[in-house]
Amino acid sequence: MRVTLTVNGRRHQADDVWEGESLLYVLRERLGLPGSKNACEQGECGSCTVRLDDVPVCSCLVAAGQAQDRDVVTVEGLADPGTGLAPVQQAFLDAGAVQCGFCTPGLLVATDDLLRHCPQPTDADIREALSGNLCRCTGYEKILDAVRLAAARSGETAGER
Amino acid sequence: MTDTTARPRTDGGVVAPAGGAVGTARTRLEGRDKVTGAARYAADVPFDGLAHGWLVLSTVARGRITSMDTAAVLGMPGVLGVVHHGNAPRLHPAGLFGPDGQLQLLQDDRVPHVGRPVALVVARTPQQARAGAAALTVTYAQEPHDTVFRAGHPAGRPAPAAPARPDADLGDVEAEIAAAPVVVDQRYTTPEEHHSAMEPHASMARWEDGRLEVVDSNQGSFMVARVLATLFGLDQEIVRVRAEHVGGGFGSKGVGPQLVLAVMAATLLRRPVRVALTRRQVFSTTGLRPATEQRLRLASDSTGRLRAIDHATAAFTSTIQEYVERNTEASNVMYAADAIRTRTTVVPLDLPTPGWMRGPGAAAGSFALESAMDELAQAVGVDPVELRLRNEPSAGPVSGLPFSSRNLAACLREGARRFGWADRDPRPGTRREGRWLLGTGVACGSYGAGALPSTAAITARADGSYTVSVGAADIGTGARTALALVAADALGVPPESVRMRIADSRLGAAWFAGGSKGTASWSWAVTAAAADLRERLASVDRVPPDGVTGRGDTTDAIGALGKQERQSYGAQFAEVAVDTGTGEVRVRRMLGMFAAGRIVNPLTARSQLVGGMTMGLSMALHEEGARDEALGALVNSDFAGYHISAHADVPDIEADWVEDVDDSNPSGIKGVGEVGIAGTAAAIANAVWHATGVRHRALPVRLDRVLESGFPAAR
Ligand code: FES
Ligand code: FES
Repeated sequence: MRVTLTVNGRRHQADDVWEGESLLYVLRERLGLPGSKNACEQGECGSCTVRLDDVPVCSCLVAAGQAQDRDVVTVEGLADPGTGLAPVQQAFLDAGAVQCGFCTPGLLVATDDLLRHCPQPTDADIREALSGNLCRCTGYEKILDAVRLAAARSGETAGER
Repeated sequence: MTDTTARPRTDGGVVAPAGGAVGTARTRLEGRDKVTGAARYAADVPFDGLAHGWLVLSTVARGRITSMDTAAVLGMPGVLGVVHHGNAPRLHPAGLFGPDGQLQLLQDDRVPHVGRPVALVVARTPQQARAGAAALTVTYAQEPHDTVFRAGHPAGRPAPAAPARPDADLGDVEAEIAAAPVVVDQRYTTPEEHHSAMEPHASMARWEDGRLEVVDSNQGSFMVARVLATLFGLDQEIVRVRAEHVGGGFGSKGVGPQLVLAVMAATLLRRPVRVALTRRQVFSTTGLRPATEQRLRLASDSTGRLRAIDHATAAFTSTIQEYVERNTEASNVMYAADAIRTRTTVVPLDLPTPGWMRGPGAAAGSFALESAMDELAQAVGVDPVELRLRNEPSAGPVSGLPFSSRNLAACLREGARRFGWADRDPRPGTRREGRWLLGTGVACGSYGAGALPSTAAITARADGSYTVSVGAADIGTGARTALALVAADALGVPPESVRMRIADSRLGAAWFAGGSKGTASWSWAVTAAAADLRERLASVDRVPPDGVTGRGDTTDAIGALGKQERQSYGAQFAEVAVDTGTGEVRVRRMLGMFAAGRIVNPLTARSQLVGGMTMGLSMALHEEGARDEALGALVNSDFAGYHISAHADVPDIEADWVEDVDDSNPSGIKGVGEVGIAGTAAAIANAVWHATGVRHRALPVRLDRVLESGFPAAR
């Protein structure tokens, strides 16, 4: 089948998509967007997290057909082409929340979504919201720091407005 | 402003020392690529005409392959070939540390365990390969198997001695135990555990102009290339292995099965082939920490001074490769005692070959030793911190060698102060908050330090930049960044002028990212190259257009090192809350104080240590590979069944370090990769005892175990 979808603001079309194919497979193998990672392929690790319309999803669990005519944002689409890194990306970098980096794309999308819906999360909010994103390297402390940092920075800019 | 003198001179003259880069917190060099999704891991790199291989794994634990219906699969859409023992290239004996039976893939019809690769289906797309692999019918002549490990297993045999550390036989252990007023004699068990690096292993292999090119996910491209060359009977000159970004390894990323099979397929089909493992395949084929059963006997006088340490351990291995889990290292170095004896047994079973997993030996070994120390503290009536201080040795307890540096006592004292240990009521079960019982525990850990021979080169360019080439691997440790800082200081230039080239077998001989010796080994070579370069620069007027290159090789310097006891040390403190209704254990806070030599980059080092402690928490409470006896197969080979700590499992964890000057190598680095996990599980189990009054000597401390043993001390 043919699937047409928007990824990071650009229309894409994938042909010969097999019925059982996942959105993650389409992104990685057909559209040349390997930023989203495949670490379990069954919804347990969050490495493949993308935003589908306005909801963060494990793209390994979304059938490609379900993405028809919808809007997908991946890690590659977080940065604003004009201004460089998105605030969550800068915060992950500054706080040292990245080690091997394999969990990072999914975590960034999940964090970005958390802060959209909950701009000033408590530590408990953060731990709960990001518990679907496994990281084997960092022990999560620096990730927590990064989310706090991103929230604090956006609080400052909000205050200035 | 002194800023101008800190700039690299572009006239090729002697550079003015800038210094001070080492020890300052730096964000990682490749961080931007990682947060934008631009970093390419082994499964991400595109190639023209790339074919995809999919593993077929054995489904019986012991036996022979009697037939394989390849014809049916070869007719499927997109399938290009099936590699199996009937057509696979013949391999020579090879391995990272001597011939490794695990790498002899598809060489005969024998099946040594469930999950052994028996074929590789190659197709145009991953999906077609996967469909082919699923359709391949393999028939086996099954034989009775044995996959149930226990210490007294009749197949058990004494492990060959470790080259640097034979079994300890100091004093008369039995006589000391017989004469001592206090004796602890207990057994401790730890289960099979899995590395679970987030990136599944992947490799791409292709032949180009008579040369073999590999894009891999590994912990040391030079050593991997050497093994590949030997395995396939090739000249190492024509083999190039790269692993630019690696999504974690923790010991599991040596020469992976996917690499050997990718090379076989690329050789047979004459086109590029990528083999990317699924998570389940990672669980089955890339090593594990074996289950252990350890007996610890500690004897002391009435003040807690140790008279004897007797540590006997057993762990399983496979029938195709003897892996030894060396759990007794800590009993050799941690505490002074009149008599020390260590014994290690290996039990070969029809199971996958274990391998190094973060803190190999130490993670499980320290659980036994440090739990027993807590039991001794209780038996003698001495505070557990004080007990350890009382048994602090002045030289290697068994070897008699001097310590290169040892600051465990400082870790204990400073940790106790920060944690608020002095306020602790030693009696168990005294703190309660509603349905939660609270307790605190302490444990120590150590891990061998040192450096192994490596080479490096640094090229100065006319534009004032310096390119460091070293066969290092950055599996998330921050090695790339740390080495840039080391190079900057050694050259006396700002880190901004240093460019790093790593993770390429062409960059010359280099040690592995393993044994916590990567950064120490590579930075020594980088320091040597910098010294050479400075000398060369001193004798030229200006840097020529093609640059000036200095080289370092540490083989001789390391060979000339005197014998010493070299270890990183740590003291860990944990507070737990135990739910009396459900048996759930929640860690509330943890503090680790470490003495790990010179810390190159505090930002990445802290994260490594916290990561190690978190893996220790995970080991204490969550991780357990479960095998079905009848099938011999791992039944929880995914993240739903094999739980690794998630964000919500992890409390406030703090890692810090004390001053620890080790002059035995020029960088003073001891390594922080493994010591973080040494002692964590014992600290948590000891805290659970303090909360409940029950000793948990079997890991993980599952809620059913907690519930069943009850809360005898709760008041
Ligand atoms: S790859 Fe999708 S959740 Fe793990
Ligand atoms: S940084 Fe390696 S898994 Fe998170």
